[in-house]
Order: sequence, then structure tokens, then C-alpha cells
Amino acid sequence: MTGPDSTPPGDADSTAEPADPATDHGATDESPDGRTDRPRDRRQRRDAATDGGIAATEAPAPEERPTDDAVAEDVSTGAEAAVAALEAGGVEHVFGVQGGAIMPVYDALYDASIRHVTMAHEQGAAHAADAYGIVSGRPGVCMATSGPGATNLVTGIADADMDSDPLVALTGQVPTEFVGNDAFQETDTTGVTTPVTKANYFASDPDAVGNDVGEALALAASGRPGPTLVDLPKDATNGEIPKDATNGETRSAPGEPEPPDSYEVTETADAESVEAAARRIEEARKPLLLLGGGVIKAEASEVCREFATEHGIPVVTTMPAVGAFPEDHDIALEMAGMHGTGYANMAVTHCDTLIAVGCRFDDRLTGGIETFAPDAEVVHVDVDPAEISKNVHADYPLVGDAKAVMAQLADEVKAFPRAEEWRETVQGWKDEYAMTYVAPDDEPVKPQFVVEALDEATADDAIVTTGVGQHQMWAVQYWTFTEPRCWVSSHGLGAMGYGLPAAIGARLAADAEGRDDAPVVCVDGDGSFLMTLQELSVAVRESLDITVAVLNNEYIGMVRQWQDVFFDGRRMASGYDWCPQFDVLAAAFGAEGFRIDDYDEVAETIEAALAHDGPSVIDVHVDPDEDVYPMVPSGGDNGQFALSEDHL
Amino acid sequence: MSGGMPGPPPEERPTPDGRRNAQGIRVDPEVAAEPPVRRAVISVLVAHEPGVLSEVSGLFSRRQFNIESLTVGPTADPDRARITVVCEEPEPGVDQLKKQLRKLLPVVDVRELPDDAVRRELALIKVDADDPAEVRAVAEMYDGRTVDACPETVTVEVTGSRQKVGAAVETLGRFGVREVVRTGTTALARGTDTTTDQTSTEQTTNAREPTTEP
Repeated sequence: MTGPDSTPPGDADSTAEPADPATDHGATDESPDGRTDRPRDRRQRRDAATDGGIAATEAPAPEERPTDDAVAEDVSTGAEAAVAALEAGGVEHVFGVQGGAIMPVYDALYDASIRHVTMAHEQGAAHAADAYGIVSGRPGVCMATSGPGATNLVTGIADADMDSDPLVALTGQVPTEFVGNDAFQETDTTGVTTPVTKANYFASDPDAVGNDVGEALALAASGRPGPTLVDLPKDATNGEIPKDATNGETRSAPGEPEPPDSYEVTETADAESVEAAARRIEEARKPLLLLGGGVIKAEASEVCREFATEHGIPVVTTMPAVGAFPEDHDIALEMAGMHGTGYANMAVTHCDTLIAVGCRFDDRLTGGIETFAPDAEVVHVDVDPAEISKNVHADYPLVGDAKAVMAQLADEVKAFPRAEEWRETVQGWKDEYAMTYVAPDDEPVKPQFVVEALDEATADDAIVTTGVGQHQMWAVQYWTFTEPRCWVSSHGLGAMGYGLPAAIGARLAADAEGRDDAPVVCVDGDGSFLMTLQELSVAVRESLDITVAVLNNEYIGMVRQWQDVFFDGRRMASGYDWCPQFDVLAAAFGAEGFRIDDYDEVAETIEAALAHDGPSVIDVHVDPDEDVYPMVPSGGDNGQFALSEDHL
Repeated sequence: MSGGMPGPPPEERPTPDGRRNAQGIRVDPEVAAEPPVRRAVISVLVAHEPGVLSEVSGLFSRRQFNIESLTVGPTADPDRARITVVCEEPEPGVDQLKKQLRKLLPVVDVRELPDDAVRRELALIKVDADDPAEVRAVAEMYDGRTVDACPETVTVEVTGSRQKVGAAVETLGRFGVREVVRTGTTALARGTDTTTDQTSTEQTTNAREPTTEP
């Protein structure tokens, strides 16, 4: 049961299938297009197992990994090939949780150069890996066992899918002969994750494991990034792979990971389309640059900044693109959309030419599609052709890498758009709809004040992670971001609990990228913190210097806000009434705990928490009645954003 | 409850005249019309491996594409299978469906067949055998043939366009239909056009999509 040779050959009637790998041991299984085939013998093995009369109740006891005696010099295993593929891909950190079916892979990590961070929960592993990918630009890797381990990863994988973050998940699986039998800790992981991955692999052939992992790693970062998954049945990871006598390598010995040949990415847009878009931009009187997360992923922030400043085109961003353009710049209008700034939403609504780069026109950005930039000709730059005209029609589609296409556009736009009047109008909106809040002394601390204080106490390169909800919106609104890869959040999926594990991943990525001096601050909410706070144990164990500021209003605040406006103030299940003392809880974990109740404690407590070398948690008791504004109600008109409850 | 901000209220702000329709296309609000629904036959060449059909059909259901029929079968190349999809979508939807299909790794080629493509459907219709000669006569009107008969029932096979098969089923209905099975449409382009030509640049995965006219 430990090697492919022990697997019964495939049944005879599946004529379309190639010879079973068990009997095809000597040949590399390649299809005519040169791409190494994905395993295709799953069905056969399942049938074979059934024919062999193996009862489903015969739970797959963790088999023994072949002992050192059994593994001769000229033999490697599928698990070793998987780890070798990670090493060949330059992976330095892996986040995961042990378990039965993934044990062979963990065993192969024992001697590897990769640092494994044991997380408290698989969801934490996926979020940490996701944040690692956002901060470093290289795929974050997470690992879990079969069944519950794999399903616990799903939230983090779905998050990476929505935000196009490079992520690789390796999951253990029951041995192939048990697959389909409802074996212990068996879940159809590739089935479950197909809708939320860019691609996934069922690596049932020990010979193919290394290649599958390498391909998954390369795919995650290529073109439009996204999550990939390799499901690793235990017999495949335990399975022996003979090494080639001449060079000592196995067929599965991976070099630099490469995506499959069939995967093509368009780098540059065709010249004619670029010319047409450039002419339109030159003729614009009210141009607006809309930067999406793809700008940061393509390292296109610099070229976009130059383009905007040189041509005097005001800039708005989506939430994932926060930091792509310095928010303290004259022509920066910051984030647009549901809780975007009033001036960003006015600009989006009234522009005549919208240059959208690397964004997918999510509903939180567009509001109702009928009223989204209704007067604008749309230039849409995206590396994924399927994003063109998916939600908003692109008058000038430019398919290609954001950095490359923006360079093309910069070359082609010869005349400045005559937008003086427009810039004045926009400046007027910036004054009219200034992002301010009132902070009376006799009321509890305003959360916005705390965010500003954190921003002030940290350098520009500080990395901010968040959970999801009101605190996330205040963090994005009141922290002034000037650099890319500093804002780390769960945008598309909106996964509460993202912040703390993300801070762990962000910290390790920053350290790996030589950004050790950059502080990592998790602005969290009490609801989000309660969802994944067990990861604090990891931060303490790994001595990670992170600061968690819990904006504690003892509510699922965003829900409470919506209930007040849309559900007649019936606050069903949004209030906690009681919360643990997060500072005391932090101390119990071995972290440093702080508490803020009043304005005069804010600055010095933040200073002390940041100064603590290691994880610290500040329990900030903020005004429970504070709401997030501006607000465009779901499906509403961006230009009609509400500035207070009266406007809704 | 609190958190109000300064600035003119919504009703005092300028509003633009333009509108977009539900497909995100700018339209004249006076004559705004939804784009008509179009029936398209899409031929999808895929790697012949487990899980592909579920990947493709999963894409349709999760993105709410309106699929009328889907057939799958082997091709001349043992490593390839073909899925023929008939969909009904407003114009941007057909285009979007093709682009989403091309993103799936096992999808080799996606091509919409022209209107004049040869389209065929097969139906087996089991009717009461009270008047077998009459059943046979009606079947022949539709180039159908009797493939099974017993004292109680006659089963007729009809092949042809969707309309023809539909008409046959309707006409045979007067004999008392016990059961009908239909295959869904399978189709092939006319003349020398093939859908297995992988060198065609327009069809490759992630190829640039030409501008869609509204």
C-alpha cells in the first residue's frame, strides 16, 4: 500500500485511458502538446479498490512511511518531490497544521530548508499564506491534512480567489484506493475547491507529484494570480520514485516551476487598441484613473503614478489597490465605492473618461451598474480577458499586464488632456466632502481617532492588516497609505477573522523581504478578533513583532449599523453585551496586553504597544454608536452617497 | 447613530444624464432596450480526463449561464473530448461564457459554431402500439424508424434539427407517448472548418478577445 506498484491495475474497459501508471512505470506520461498529464487514473483506482473488496470501514490507519532502510539511495518519494518542488520554487515559509494524511509531506519537510509555521487552525494558515503573498508578491503556501484540515482552508482559499492573491494549498488525502469510500477524514477536496481555485490537482501518481506542485506554484503567480491546490493522496506521497542512475534525479525532480504550456498570458495590448485608447484619453476633459488590485500585483504602481501625475489625471482606487497611489497627493481622491470618499464617488460619477487598470468592477465599487460612471467612455486594462465587459462595458479593452500596458499607453498618449477645469472641480469636492469626524471629549473614544493615532505613530512603510467590518472601513479611510503592499485585507470575500493570521503572514513576509523595520499593525474589530484569536499563540511562539489594536465596540458593528438604518433598529444578534477582556486574554497567551478607555491614553498606549518587541494587543474601547460614512447603500448610485443616517 | 459628515446632501448634488443598462453598456435612457437573447452553439474541445465535465458544468451553474443542452463525447484524438453547449444569453453573456470557458485549464479550444452549422439531435419516443402501421407512417414523415416494438409499445428513433425532433415528438403524441429521451444538440461546422485545429490563434486559452460591439 505504500507504492504505486501495489495498486491493482486499472480495469480493462476504460479504453480512453492510457496505461495505468502502475504498469507504465518506465515512461514519462506526456500528452501530445508536451504538457505532463494530470492524473487520469482516479476512477480506475477507485473501481479497482472496490473490486478488491476493500471495505469502507477499514479506515486508513496512518501507514508507516518507508523506513530509511526501505528507501534506498536511488529512490525518492512523492512527498520529497513535493517539498523539492517548493524549494525549487524559492519557497521559504509554509503555514500549516499537521494531520494523518499529510504526514509524509511533513516528514519530508523535516530536512528541508523551508521554515514551517505551525498555525492554530487551518483557516489561520490560509489567511497567513494569503497575506504573505500580498506583502511579498510571491505565492504564500499553506498545508493541511485531508477532510477537516482541507475544508478549514477553504475560507482562506476563497478569499485568495476573490482577491486574486497568489496562494498554494497542499492538502493531504486518503490513499487513492480509499478515495470514494467515505474513508476516515476523506473529503472530495478538489471537488470542494474547484469553484474557488484557479486550478487544482489530484496528484495520485508519485511520479507526477513534484511536477504538479511546481505547476501549481507557477500558476498561482502567473498572469492573473490566484489560489491553486494540490491534493496529495497518502499513497502518492509515500510512493517511491526511482532515481535516474545517470544524474541521480527523479523524473519528478522539479526545476524552476513553470505553468503548463497550455496556459498563455497576454503581456502587451495590441498597438491599434492602445492608439485608440490614447486618442480618447487625449480628448478627455474629465479623465479619471481607477486603479485596482491588479496594479499592485503587476508592480505597476510606479508607472501608474507617473502617468497620472504627468498628465494631471486624478486617481481613485479600489480597496485592494489602496497604496498604489500616495493618498496624500494633490490628485489622489483615495478609495471609491460603498464606503469610499465622497470626492472619489463624485469623480467616478462625473468623469467622461475612466481609465480602469487591473480592476474587476466589483459591486462594492460600482454600486448600481445603471448609475456607475454613466457618462464615461471606459478604457479597461486587465490581464484577464474575461474581466473585459464582464460587469461594465469596456469601450477600449486593453488586455495585458498592467505594467506593460500602462507603459504602452504612456508612450502613446502625446497630448495632455485639457482637464484644468475638471481638476478644479475635483479639488472643490475634496474640500466639500472632507473626511472628518467629530470627537467630543464627553463621548467614548472615536475609532477614527485611534486609526489616525496608529498611523501617526508608525512609519510610512507600516503594514496594516484588518478583519472585516466597520473597523476595516475606518482603517482604510483614516490611515493615509502611500506605498503598495502595505494594506492587507479581505476585500472580495469579506472574511471576518482575517486580520490576526494575516498579520502573522505579513510579518514573516516583511522579514523575508528585508522589511524587518516595517511595523505590522492589525487593526481588528472585536467580532473579527474573536473568530481567529487562537492564532495569538502562534505569534507568541514564533516571537513575531505585531501589534493588534482591537477597536472594541462590543458589536458586529457593520451589521448593527445596517440594522439601525434598514431594519428599524432591531439589533438581532449583532450585540455581544459581554466581551472578554482582550488585554487580559493577551496576557494569558503570553502576549503583552494594553487597554484604552480615554483619549488621553491613546498616544502613549499605542507608543508602548508598538515598542514592545513581540506580539501586543490593545483593547480599545471605542464609541459603540459610531457609524461608517460616507455610504452608498447596496446597489445605490455612487453620486448619491449618504453622509449621515438622514440621507439613507 | 452618529458619524455624520459635512457636505451637500444627495438631492443638492449635480447628477449626470447618462445611464447604463444591466449589462453595463451606456444607453440612451429614452430608448433603453435590453439586448436580445441569443441562442449560440459552442463547441468546446477539452482534455479527456476525469472531472472535466463537472468543472465545465460547475462553471455554468455558478455563473448562472443559461444552458439549454450539453452533450459530451470522445473525438478522433483519444486525449481529447468534445463538449457541445447550446446556450441562450444576451450578447455579452455569450461572450463572457466563452471567455470563462477558456480560463479552465483542461479546456483546449472554444469556438462558437456559425448559424449554418450542422446541428443534430436524437430522440427515442416510446408510444402505445394500438396502431403500429400508423405509428410507422408518421415516423417516416420525419425520417424516423422503428427501433423496438412489442404488443403494447413501439419505440421510434428520430434524428434531426431540434425543431424537427420537436415536431416529431409532438405529432407522435397522438398515439399516447409513454416516454421520450432526447440527447441535446451536437453540431459541427460545415465545409473544411474544423474545431480541432489548435493552431488557430483566436481560439487559444487566454487569447485576446476582440472588442464586442454593444
